[in-house]
Amino acid sequence: MLLPFFYMLREGGMKTSITELLTLLEAMKKGLAGQSVDDFYFLARTTLVKDESELDRFDRIFGAYFKGVEDSLADLFQEVPEEWLRQQAELNLTEEERAQIEAMGGFEELMRALQERLEEQEDRHEGGSKWIGTAGTSPFGAYGYNPEGVRIGQHGSRNRSAVKVWDKREYRNLDDSLELGTRNIKVALRRLRKFAREGAADQLDLDATIDKTARNAGLLDIRMVPERHNAIKVLLCLDIGGSMDDHVRICEEMFSAARSEFKHLEYFYFHNFIYESLWKDNRRRHSEKTPTLDIAHKYGSDYKLIFVGDATMSPYEIVYAGGSVEHWNEEPGAVWIRRLLNTYPKAVWLNPEPRERWEYTPSTKLIRDLMGDRMYPLTIAGLDDAIRELH
Amino acid sequence: MTDNKFTGTSSYIATDDLTMAVNAAVTLERPILVKGEPGTGKTQLAIEVASALGKPLHEWHIKSTTKAQQGLYEYDAVARLRDSQLGDDRVHDIANYIVPGKIWEAFESEEQPVLLIDEIDKADIEFPNDLLRELDRMEFYVYETKKLVTAKHRPIIVITSNNEKELPDAFLRRCFFHYIKFPDMDTMTEIVDVHFPNLKKDLLAEALNAFYKVRDVRGLKKKPSTSELLDWIKLLLAEDIPPEALRGEGSRSAIPPLYGALLKNEQDVHLFEQLVFLDRRTNPQ
Repeated sequence: MLLPFFYMLREGGMKTSITELLTLLEAMKKGLAGQSVDDFYFLARTTLVKDESELDRFDRIFGAYFKGVEDSLADLFQEVPEEWLRQQAELNLTEEERAQIEAMGGFEELMRALQERLEEQEDRHEGGSKWIGTAGTSPFGAYGYNPEGVRIGQHGSRNRSAVKVWDKREYRNLDDSLELGTRNIKVALRRLRKFAREGAADQLDLDATIDKTARNAGLLDIRMVPERHNAIKVLLCLDIGGSMDDHVRICEEMFSAARSEFKHLEYFYFHNFIYESLWKDNRRRHSEKTPTLDIAHKYGSDYKLIFVGDATMSPYEIVYAGGSVEHWNEEPGAVWIRRLLNTYPKAVWLNPEPRERWEYTPSTKLIRDLMGDRMYPLTIAGLDDAIRELH
Repeated sequence: MTDNKFTGTSSYIATDDLTMAVNAAVTLERPILVKGEPGTGKTQLAIEVASALGKPLHEWHIKSTTKAQQGLYEYDAVARLRDSQLGDDRVHDIANYIVPGKIWEAFESEEQPVLLIDEIDKADIEFPNDLLRELDRMEFYVYETKKLVTAKHRPIIVITSNNEKELPDAFLRRCFFHYIKFPDMDTMTEIVDVHFPNLKKDLLAEALNAFYKVRDVRGLKKKPSTSELLDWIKLLLAEDIPPEALRGEGSRSAIPPLYGALLKNEQDVHLFEQLVFLDRRTNPQ
């Protein structure tokens, strides 16, 4: 009986597998979901959902399926189907209402406000409490945009029925559709491991122990060695702010993955391009800077240098003195990056922009040339290639 | 088959969805993975499940250096080597030097135990993969003694994670999953009631109000959670602070007393003080 639901979950983008479906059926057979729809919802959720970021998606699919409102699947993809909205509105509105909307600034204006409201809702922590159309203050409800039809949230049921639980969609702000999880990044970064022994001696060195014991006329002489650690040293330079705002998420992931993977990880931030100083704390970027030369002197050339940036800027910012958007730089950025590349022969540039777009930005091409073509997209495959280059 | 049902205990409030998840895991004898904000009672859950169902509890706390093998058993080669030097008779039986780990202990238990694997995300990224067969079939093989260890009773396994590392899909498929969300005002009232049954109603209401206000402050690095609230209320009671003090004489810009118990991070305290200061300046009494 649950097969259509199962396929709907998969169509909705959840990674539910047969194992989980069988588990759910087994649980139902044992009478765990016998009492009410609420119980069934909880049971299905605990069985089929494996990550809190999927809870919201699950709630929506569950709500849609068990209400028989299949077309509300449309908003699973997080877009407001504008065309459709417009048609719907035209159909439903009377002449006066349309006039009222015109007075409000027209349909476009409303759509814009709607979009804003939607975005605000994504930011808010409280979820469910500010749905468009449920409050009397929202223009969308007042002018007859039936929220049911618009499919942005649903009417909370007036009685405390089971549907309400998932209609509240409390997990909304946890939803994410990341292409690249930290786990993937870490697995890719693992290739960049070179083990060396250092630190406290806490492991038995069997060979040395046998050797020493033999020399000691058979009396036990235990030898210990330190555990093996990843000895790779990484210098990570992250572009921050401006056009990078779109990529903050993926950079955070990259950063957190790298941070736990390497013992020796030094990181610095820059804005758009490398100049005479970098910084470690974005809130104090203007007061606490580290001169780039100091960095090159402090960290040995055995460090692997990784830049993360979208390489999207005006070419002036790279090739001219004074080209920086933030300050007056005495020497062009290109000079600075060459200095760094001379110090660190193993270096790559990771670019979160998709590779197809690189051609269209002259600055990207410039940086690729400066890097000696060692620019890779910030995807799993790109990361793999980059790591191979760093070896 | 046990017909025990977990419904929370006198000191632990379990919401309906949590009860369902636990009962599903107990009935189908599969592990349950519990995630949630720090301080929402993930670890406590295993302890409460054990006490509610009257079962022995085995706790395995994971550290960044923990290996999956350590949960099964360890072969103490050094002790054996030393014994051989001293001519101890024990040395002839390798089984004397196999030290069982927490999972083995749980498998050997005479009645169905509860096994807590705490903070699984602390361990190496491959750790969960190394436990797949053990959690699935509830058995493992001891190579030194060529013995297969099978669970006498499949333990109820509670696994907690703080989300520091993502867990592999293969592992997740074998578990029930529950995300403990932050309790709403009603659930929180119940929770506090359970811990401080004689708390004055008005003090509780004011404390909760102040608490949720602090949680609403944007940009906090670590939002205060249930365990911090309970600590704070304990302090308020010890100091005998009247409810009016919490209300701050009707102004919303007062700093709640003893707020050090709620904010654990220097930056947060600083941010909070700044906000209160700003608020006072913009809304003078």
